[in-house]
Amino acid sequence: MSEAVLSIRNLTVEIPTRGGILRPVDQINYDINRGEILGIVGESGAGKSMAGNAVIGLLNRPAKITGGEIWLNGTRIDQLEGEDMRRLRGKHIGMVFQDPLTSLNPLLRIGDQLTETMLEHLDISRDEARKRAAAALDEVGIPAAAQRLDSYPHEFSGGMRQRVVIALALCAEPSLVIADEPTTALDVSVQAQIIALLKRLCRDRGTAVMLITHDMGVIAETADRVAVMYAGRLAELGNVRDVVTHPEHPYTDGLMGSTPLASKGLKRLRQIPGSMPRLTAMPEGCAFHPRCEFAQDICRAEPRPKLNGGRSACHFPIQQPAEETA
Amino acid sequence: MADTTPAPKPRGRLAHWWDGDFAYQFRRSPVAMISFTVVMLMVLAAIFAPLIAPYDPFDPASLNLMNGFSSPMEPNAFTGETFWLGTDDQGRDVFSTILYGLRISLFVGAAAVGFAMVLGITLGLVAAYVGGWVETIIMRIADVQLTFPAILVAMLIFGVAKGITPVEYRDQMAIWVLIVAIGLSDWVQFARVVRGATLVEKNKEYVQAARLIGRGSGAIMLRHILPNVLSPVLVIATISLALAIIAEATLSFLGVGAPPTQPSLGTLIRIGQGFLFSGEWWILLFPACTLLALALAVNLLGDWLRDALNPKLR
Repeated sequence: MSEAVLSIRNLTVEIPTRGGILRPVDQINYDINRGEILGIVGESGAGKSMAGNAVIGLLNRPAKITGGEIWLNGTRIDQLEGEDMRRLRGKHIGMVFQDPLTSLNPLLRIGDQLTETMLEHLDISRDEARKRAAAALDEVGIPAAAQRLDSYPHEFSGGMRQRVVIALALCAEPSLVIADEPTTALDVSVQAQIIALLKRLCRDRGTAVMLITHDMGVIAETADRVAVMYAGRLAELGNVRDVVTHPEHPYTDGLMGSTPLASKGLKRLRQIPGSMPRLTAMPEGCAFHPRCEFAQDICRAEPRPKLNGGRSACHFPIQQPAEETA
Repeated sequence: MADTTPAPKPRGRLAHWWDGDFAYQFRRSPVAMISFTVVMLMVLAAIFAPLIAPYDPFDPASLNLMNGFSSPMEPNAFTGETFWLGTDDQGRDVFSTILYGLRISLFVGAAAVGFAMVLGITLGLVAAYVGGWVETIIMRIADVQLTFPAILVAMLIFGVAKGITPVEYRDQMAIWVLIVAIGLSDWVQFARVVRGATLVEKNKEYVQAARLIGRGSGAIMLRHILPNVLSPVLVIATISLALAIIAEATLSFLGVGAPPTQPSLGTLIRIGQGFLFSGEWWILLFPACTLLALALAVNLLGDWLRDALNPKLR
């Protein structure tokens, strides 16, 4: 645990509504270590982004953290308020947003946005900040970086803008980067470049990354470990290789079955019947049981299974023949 | 890919701007150019009024009652002097009074819009960014104020202010009271537009990013949101300027605005209308035409600006 940059313990986020309290994030636990990339996957509405926003303290009202703890580099941050929270999260967490069109201020020069961030958190002069800004742009592969400092965001293409956003997220030397669907708005050929870039820079600096995406391919390629979320809860957490090749939770298995992977050859893709339960109508017991082919009475009756240090939150994890001997 | 992109050529800011879309739209629109020229001529005439005006209409020593009621371009029957646009009952040169009147009209109009803008932008920005009960209170006040005609609000404020200022300061204070009254009757539009635009901007990711890096609310509002909501404000400001000038003229015409010792165009029109049916039409007509041209030019400029700043309307 001393190695962990970010530790999330029993984190719960609730939204009070007229129809009762919704729980988009329900008692999730995970750690991210230095230099590690943790992928978080799940369908739309599974609580992936909500968990990310809880970590950076930017939950929109009326959603709020109602339980659990968030530790960043040994400091508990979920209860920090105002000035402390601002200083801390700004210095230690960088964020790469989904849409590079809106994550840069259209009326500020790139250089000004980079220096603004650095001056806020690093004790350096304006000239020094500008020099570092040019170096940061150069590092993310922007040609003629020094001249480009004076360009406005609209003078960049989508992929280059996302590179700038990555430079922006890393320029204050954070220990954790949260990338919320960083490649969704880009076309496929650029996606690979951006992912490779993010991976290389974070590995070089030992920055931990929380990579939120619904793209299993991106996770398989990038992440060290993966957390699968379903209906606000963690379904499975483990090394990418294990989870991808031998999923334990039936939901993960369904996800893998519905993802086209070149390694699997040309087979008809499976689909998971039904859709994710609405937060207002959460089924008793395991949230996945109405869609699960292995569901038994215990899945409906018992309170939902927890991860409890194991790999999957399931009463009947899928046993892989190859794994049984191990 | 790395080294083939040529660095952008350094160019003068002005040249860059002149090549830009905005300046191009301007050069292509005769209406915009004409109205801009008219406005600029009037602004210059107002600024340099003491240099341009052939007479000082407010210097009693230079007035000659014998010059009263001179027709435009005709030598006066008694003194033989010729006045371009004639004179009023006290022998003041109408052209000169118009120049000085323009000065007061433009100053009051611009200052009132400036005041309304500062107030409206601040309140709108804060309302949208802070939200909650702050937003509710500010916007409900705005809604209530919108149910009254602006001119009534201005008259009310003017009346109250006049009631509480001592008599000896009234004439000096009149201009400032007028500015505050018109400004307070006009801030609602700015507040509404800024609030609307801010609600959109504040959820964009660059604002989230600024919050994440730890900028304070004030810095985010001023540096990130404000510049991005300014273009609709610019359009409203221009149209409001025309409205403010007309509002000032209306108040002065009704006798509650600029005092006769500092006549604005509205005051001149009020004085002039007394002579209209006795044959001295020029005392009324020339100030009225000036006001009309000014308001029309500013309005057309505002219309063009709205189109030019909103590419979707083209």
